[in-house]
Amino acid sequence: MSLRATHRDAGQVTVVDLSGRITLGDGSALLRKTIRGLLDDQRKNILLNLADVDYIDSSGIGELVHGFTSVKNQSGDLKLLHLTKKVRDLLQITKLYTVFDVYTDESTALQSFK
Amino acid sequence: MDGFARSGGLRMAPDNKHLEITLETQVESVNLAEEMCLRVAEAAGFGEDDCYRIGMSVREGVINAFHYGNQERPDKKIYLAVDLTAEKMIIHVLDEGTGFNLSDIADPLAEENLLSTSGRGIFLMRAFMDEFDVLSGKTGGAEIVMSKKLPVPGGGSPNGQGGQNAAPEREA
Repeated sequence: MSLRATHRDAGQVTVVDLSGRITLGDGSALLRKTIRGLLDDQRKNILLNLADVDYIDSSGIGELVHGFTSVKNQSGDLKLLHLTKKVRDLLQITKLYTVFDVYTDESTALQSFK
Repeated sequence: MDGFARSGGLRMAPDNKHLEITLETQVESVNLAEEMCLRVAEAAGFGEDDCYRIGMSVREGVINAFHYGNQERPDKKIYLAVDLTAEKMIIHVLDEGTGFNLSDIADPLAEENLLSTSGRGIFLMRAFMDEFDVLSGKTGGAEIVMSKKLPVPGGGSPNGQGGQNAAPEREA
């Protein structure tokens, strides 16, 4: 299943709801385009909701890292919400679980940006 | 170990199965290779978790061939072969690049590499498969060879926790 991305504003935070696979090609490209678009609009507090993302390959991991560093470089924050088991395991074995701020509850995640 | 067919002679026992396909150097080949190997893995009796690991490893192998080996050049090919023996599923991915040494690959878990946007494919293949190696292929490119032991009939997978770098236990 290809990746779909929609976003909604929650105060100073933009929540990006993703569903599908973040993999080499369209999935990674859409994630990059989405984050770039938000940064262009000066939306620098970004919460990626990965509840419906059940598959990420190394290209997708690279894109998450790219998004994280791009947002950080503009003095923003990119955090992750609702990891599926596979995605969480993948971030753990690549040691990225400790790099990203990861949340299981949206309201807690939103408050963390303040 | 060369999993690709050569002229003359039968390489495998009659009850072993061999499948090979030549892929174009394009993004779509990654999905095609994954889907093909997933079907073989499912037919061989692997469970859902092992199928995921095998599928991911095939993806990463073909991504490696597509991007690093063939440099995304459409005039080059990617050769994928699958051998199914009584003991294991063996996957070969051969590119037409110039090859590489595993010792030259940076450790993606090193602190200085954690925020790298690439370089995790080899690590994932090693983590998810039971055996993994990179050979000098007959094309002059790299030949990735990786395998996973078949599940024990009626006994579940013998290696359900991953491969050479098994995933850590999940947090409570």
